[in-house]
Amino acid sequence: MLNIGGLHEGFVLDHIEAGRSMEIYQYLNLDKFDGCVAIIKNARSNKMGKKDIIKIECPIDQIDLDALGFIDHKITVNIIQNDQIIKKEKLSLPKEIKNVAKCHNPRCITSIEQELDHIFVLTDPKKEIYRCKYCEEKYRRKKK
Amino acid sequence: MRHLMSPLDFSIEELDQLLDLAGDIERHPEKYAHACDGKKLATLFYEPSTRTRLSFEAAMINLGGNIFGFSSAASSSAAKGESVSDTIRMISCYADICAMRHPKEGAPMVASTVSSIPVINAGDGGHQHPTQTLTDLLTIRSLKGRLDNLVIGLCGDLKFGRTVHSLVRALARYQNIKFVFISPEELRIPGYIKEDVLEANHFPYKEVERIEDVMPELDILYMTRVQRERFFNEEDYIRLKDFYILNNKKMKLAKEDMIVMHPLPRVNEISVEVDKDPRAAYFRQVQYGVYVRMALILTLLEVKVC
Repeated sequence: MLNIGGLHEGFVLDHIEAGRSMEIYQYLNLDKFDGCVAIIKNARSNKMGKKDIIKIECPIDQIDLDALGFIDHKITVNIIQNDQIIKKEKLSLPKEIKNVAKCHNPRCITSIEQELDHIFVLTDPKKEIYRCKYCEEKYRRKKK
Repeated sequence: MRHLMSPLDFSIEELDQLLDLAGDIERHPEKYAHACDGKKLATLFYEPSTRTRLSFEAAMINLGGNIFGFSSAASSSAAKGESVSDTIRMISCYADICAMRHPKEGAPMVASTVSSIPVINAGDGGHQHPTQTLTDLLTIRSLKGRLDNLVIGLCGDLKFGRTVHSLVRALARYQNIKFVFISPEELRIPGYIKEDVLEANHFPYKEVERIEDVMPELDILYMTRVQRERFFNEEDYIRLKDFYILNNKKMKLAKEDMIVMHPLPRVNEISVEVDKDPRAAYFRQVQYGVYVRMALILTLLEVKVC
């Protein structure tokens, strides 16, 4: 079993669907992040069989949990401070997300006006469907 | 202050009031001839349109108001790279209300978020065309006497045809409407309309390829043009543009009181021989378009006429 050290302050994103950790890494812009990040792929899980885990060492106000809820609201977020889990956050689907995902409709106004925020609105909570606020194009998640 | 982005911006009750007002304008146009004296309508048309722009302009002139604007992006500051937001902030200083057509979907919504005057979406890409929908609803209510208990066939370009998308959403709020979608496979109604509007609300619909197969059951046949500007590929356009042509032979299969509608302009999808058929309602539809835009301008400007 691979051992990764504990965090003094930051987040442990647990119960990520196996294979999706890199997608989340990119959504959260962790490639541009200066701190310490560990990605564990295909860890054994009693509940899920296999899962991914991401550990991020950073101040706890630095991650947009709304964005994370949009990406995958089934993820468990453990918030760590002073080497202790101070909170286990349950995520929900945010009603609206801003500048987390881009609208890829070539006919959308956001395709030509670069300064516009890319906003997606939750239009069907049951089916977890988000649509662009401007052109109503359905957001399509990347395939694994 | 209200804007009009989608036909669903109005509740059914508000829509009834708007259509009642349009009906009163039709019966008593003189009553409204000075209702907008001193008011200005800006028509901001970033892509060519004859009918919609002239309809808006005629509507404002009929109300005693004034009009100004541009009719292509090339003759506006967009050609210099000005954003929609900046343009509308500037126009808000000149006009009392504006109608915007834009090739990019959502542009009027962007305008509405920063505008200090009412913005009317006069068509945005393949997305929405709410004033055409209001026109269609007024035409149906005036000629069929109701907006419920109807079988409506929508024919032609159902994939890119924004008038069709808007009309389906609007009619799906009424009771006992059956939709029949008539198109080639490549131009079928988009999945999101079927899933979110029809299936979510348990509306019956069917998709067919041949107009003749469903003609006898229709109360309304809504024809559309295959629009060249919505295609990325010229070859696809040429292959599909003549797919469905309505002629007298097909009209013989229809009910005596069916009406044929079309948002216009037509190319060749309705043969000119059909124009003489009393069931051809598309030119009357144009007149209803002016009445409903007059009613809309009065409603958004909150002008009351006693």
